[in-house]
Amino acid sequence: MKRKDKIIRFAGLSLLIPLAACKAEVLAPAGDVAARQRDLLVMSTLLMLIIIVPVMALTVWFALKYRAKNRAADYAPDWDHSTKLEFVIWAAPLLIIISLGALTWVGTHLLDPYRRLDRISEDVPAAHDMQPLRVEVVAMDWKWLFIYPEQGIATVNELAVPVDRPVEFTLTSTSVMNAFYIPAMAGMIYAMPGMQTKLHGVFNNPGEYKGIASHYSGHGFSGMHFKTFATDEAGFDAFIEKTRAGGGTLDRARYLQLEAPSENVPPMQFAKVDPTLFQRVVNMCVAEGKMCMAEMMAIDRQGGAGLAGTMNTAPSHDAQARGSRAPVLGWSPFQVASYCTPEDSALMFGRTAQVVQAPMDLTPLRGRALTPPRSALAPSHDNDVTQLDPAPGQARNF
Amino acid sequence: MATFSNETTFLFGRLNWDAVPKEPIVWATFVAVAIGGAALLAVLTKYRLWGWLWREWFTSVDHKKIGIMYVVLALIMFVRGFADAVMMRLQQVWAFGGSEGYLNSHHYDQIFTAHGVIMIFFVAMPFITGLMNYVVPLQIGARDVSFPFLNNFSFWMTVGGAIITMVSLFVGEYAQTGWLAFPPLSGIGYSPWVGVDYYIWGLQVAGVGTTLSGINLLVTILKMRAPGMTMMRMPIFTWTSFCANILIVASFPVLTMTLILLTLDRYVGTNFFTNDLGGNPMMYINLIWIWGHPEVYILILPLFGVFSEVTSTFSGKRLFGYSSMVYATVCITVLSYLVWLHHFFTMGSGASVNSFFGITTMIISIPTGAKLFNWLFTMYRGRIRYELPMMWTVAFMLTFVVGGMTGVLLAVPPADFVLHNSLFLIAHFHNVIIGGVLFGLFAAINFWWPKAFGFKLDVFWGKVSFWFWVVGFWVAFMPLYVLGLMGVTRRLRVFDDPDLRIWFAIAAFGAVLIACGIAAMFVQFGVSILRRNRADYRDVTGDPWDGRTLEWATSSPPPDYNFAFNPISHGLDSWWEMKQAGVPRPTAGFMDIHMPRGTGTGVILAALSTVCGLALVWYIWWLAALSFLGIIAVSIAHTFNYNRDYYILVSEVQATEDARTRQLAQGA
Repeated sequence: MKRKDKIIRFAGLSLLIPLAACKAEVLAPAGDVAARQRDLLVMSTLLMLIIIVPVMALTVWFALKYRAKNRAADYAPDWDHSTKLEFVIWAAPLLIIISLGALTWVGTHLLDPYRRLDRISEDVPAAHDMQPLRVEVVAMDWKWLFIYPEQGIATVNELAVPVDRPVEFTLTSTSVMNAFYIPAMAGMIYAMPGMQTKLHGVFNNPGEYKGIASHYSGHGFSGMHFKTFATDEAGFDAFIEKTRAGGGTLDRARYLQLEAPSENVPPMQFAKVDPTLFQRVVNMCVAEGKMCMAEMMAIDRQGGAGLAGTMNTAPSHDAQARGSRAPVLGWSPFQVASYCTPEDSALMFGRTAQVVQAPMDLTPLRGRALTPPRSALAPSHDNDVTQLDPAPGQARNF
Repeated sequence: MATFSNETTFLFGRLNWDAVPKEPIVWATFVAVAIGGAALLAVLTKYRLWGWLWREWFTSVDHKKIGIMYVVLALIMFVRGFADAVMMRLQQVWAFGGSEGYLNSHHYDQIFTAHGVIMIFFVAMPFITGLMNYVVPLQIGARDVSFPFLNNFSFWMTVGGAIITMVSLFVGEYAQTGWLAFPPLSGIGYSPWVGVDYYIWGLQVAGVGTTLSGINLLVTILKMRAPGMTMMRMPIFTWTSFCANILIVASFPVLTMTLILLTLDRYVGTNFFTNDLGGNPMMYINLIWIWGHPEVYILILPLFGVFSEVTSTFSGKRLFGYSSMVYATVCITVLSYLVWLHHFFTMGSGASVNSFFGITTMIISIPTGAKLFNWLFTMYRGRIRYELPMMWTVAFMLTFVVGGMTGVLLAVPPADFVLHNSLFLIAHFHNVIIGGVLFGLFAAINFWWPKAFGFKLDVFWGKVSFWFWVVGFWVAFMPLYVLGLMGVTRRLRVFDDPDLRIWFAIAAFGAVLIACGIAAMFVQFGVSILRRNRADYRDVTGDPWDGRTLEWATSSPPPDYNFAFNPISHGLDSWWEMKQAGVPRPTAGFMDIHMPRGTGTGVILAALSTVCGLALVWYIWWLAALSFLGIIAVSIAHTFNYNRDYYILVSEVQATEDARTRQLAQGA
């Protein structure tokens, strides 16, 4: 079985050698997730070639053989049905699609970007107690902000991660939709304003790789890329130390400056970062006095603030800023003012939200190793961006 | 970069001198268009063609003329859309090694948006609508569509949408959002000026036309088939058109509604798709693709029908597996509503949702594969004549399977995670849209041109165009597959990595080959028109290809009334069977024929709608209100117009049919 897999992979890859020679990062990645995605790509291609190649060959063959000039070929002008043939032409694609469908079902679950990695590389399973490196990613106009919550540092347009250690990216965006993509590491995922997505990946080979924005986001989109450095643990620690030594603090005021549109931004480092910053970005309340979405939703869940709530607005903090809206027949830009007392805010943001680590099941790649699908429509815990865990001993959020 | 202001004045709304574009490229284009336009107007005036155009074409409700006008519109817009494509190719091969290229981002981003919008809405859609308009009534033995006035109105609304879109080139700007205008980028906060408004109103005006023409053709096919033509005796092109129109009627209202919600967000400050205050941009992406995925089947299904007709005709054989072809078409129609999420697997739905939509997408390839096999076995044991339509069909079969394969690849979510939004995706959908839709349209033009105009198209220039197109397509798009596998995203304007350049250069060369193919196609039209009276071009029989379906039973071009008597269908391939049975052409016993009369109301309504759309783009409220009231008033006035029909007298029918009898005798 294993050997067969290898043969298939080799056969597939050999077709693509000329491409791999020219930095086809998708086909020759440096991380396990991207490699498995590549394998699936190659296997699906081969599966389909089983039917595509004969079809193309038959097309050419029939096209030549039954040309009008070839009077030697049979001619059956009224022949238009054959149950056996009909059966074959529906059954053959069906069989391929059944195989491909099975492959897809398993592959999609195993490589779900939200799923914690079960292995570091092909031969190395992830240890039970291995904690992934957490990186919070904010897509901005037009640069990437990376916050390392555990290390308390932040960088712009520069990402460093240790090799052979899983990385858990938590993503959001400040303004418009974007997609975060390091082709050599793992597939892409959207980064969306007011929402939070997740991506798990790992690097196996050290090196410098490109990271890109892969969803058009406006004029500065072309320059919105970053370098990713995959280094050993020592190199990563050195990077952290260097950044810490470099100074600079990313607090809410600095963030609002950074948020203003800029293009082709060179890398930046910040030695300190406001620990609540990412949660505030997701909840769109970095600006002072603006109500966080989590607070708004909590109020709404309890029936809303009634008529008083409609009065609770303040002029927008910056009516000229990109994203500020003043529709011609509508209202002038405003923001909903926060009800929270400083104590409430402290309760809400005074700590980082607990990351709930799903227990890891390291059973090999079989159907039973997969998380059983929940109801497709039920919100999953991972997607619920507004959820903040209650502080210890506290029954409600704030 | 454009400077703009949303300050409004009463008279001109937000229209002011800032609306004049600053880019020299746009100026040069404007001068060229102005000179060309002036020359055209001069010619029309000199030869006193205005009255003829107005009476015989613009106000005509004849489905054949409307069909031809749709195709003319599509060809004109095709030149614009292709010019955009060439500009992109040039920019992408230019902007390396620190160079910014020759287009700034404001201009470039408009170009790729316009390219997508124009090619889908104003090239592919009018092309297939025109084709269905021309061919379907003839194939089912009808004299016109069910609602002839509506047909004329639909056409002019499509023209109105195209005009709004084209005006944006010279006044203001077009959207810089990508062809589906995803919010929040397309919201008022991030696209504050007129670009997205041009997009919205262009599509809304054209969308009215598309929806109405869908309803019209649907009713035509259901109610106006010749006696004896049951559903399972309908020609396969009519079947695929039927399914495409079902999709139009069921999906275009979704687009209209989605754009209305976006309009409300932009104009009155609602929060359907905003980031905050309860809005949800993901909803827009779902809604637009619930329209968008059926849309691609709206485009391809009629062409599947074309390939079926062409293969069967030129193989001199009955279509293999007619009923399985019909069921495959119906399967695709239903399934096309169950796959929309595959356009955004990367938005973070759970694995179960992604696999569901991935697998439904793959399932569509089963009926599609069955169709391909059916064409293959239609060729099997046939006598294939390689006329131009058949050449396009074989090129389609070899090209489309590759596009189909990469499409199924993209339907595997983990593979999509590495290829989504990449140039691989671009290569894939051009592979199916050029290799499927465009090749099919070229087959259709070569196939039905003699029917429409009474002479065949030139074969030499047709072959030149064919080879440039087919080779050009492969050269232009295979490098994009490679670039996609190198992790290159779509819509990029400048590049750092010098290794990519060679691939963009090859792709640009492919675009040049395609340009030669397009030029050769126009030469082909010109040459054929000049030689239209030569015996080897002239079609006196009405049946130049030894056809099988009813449109070949009448003369080329068909008389206004299409058929002097309602043909009666006794089976599939009605005309083929009539020929086999030697049914004589009726030459006497004609009666007066009741026909719909042309009206200018459609032109007026569409013109008012266009003005209304432009006024809304520029916030000129008085003009918007006035033109809207105008639309209502003209519509009401039209209901009092009782002069809507006339009779073609029996004497005239007799004369026309006698002329045909003489012509047939001459040809024989």
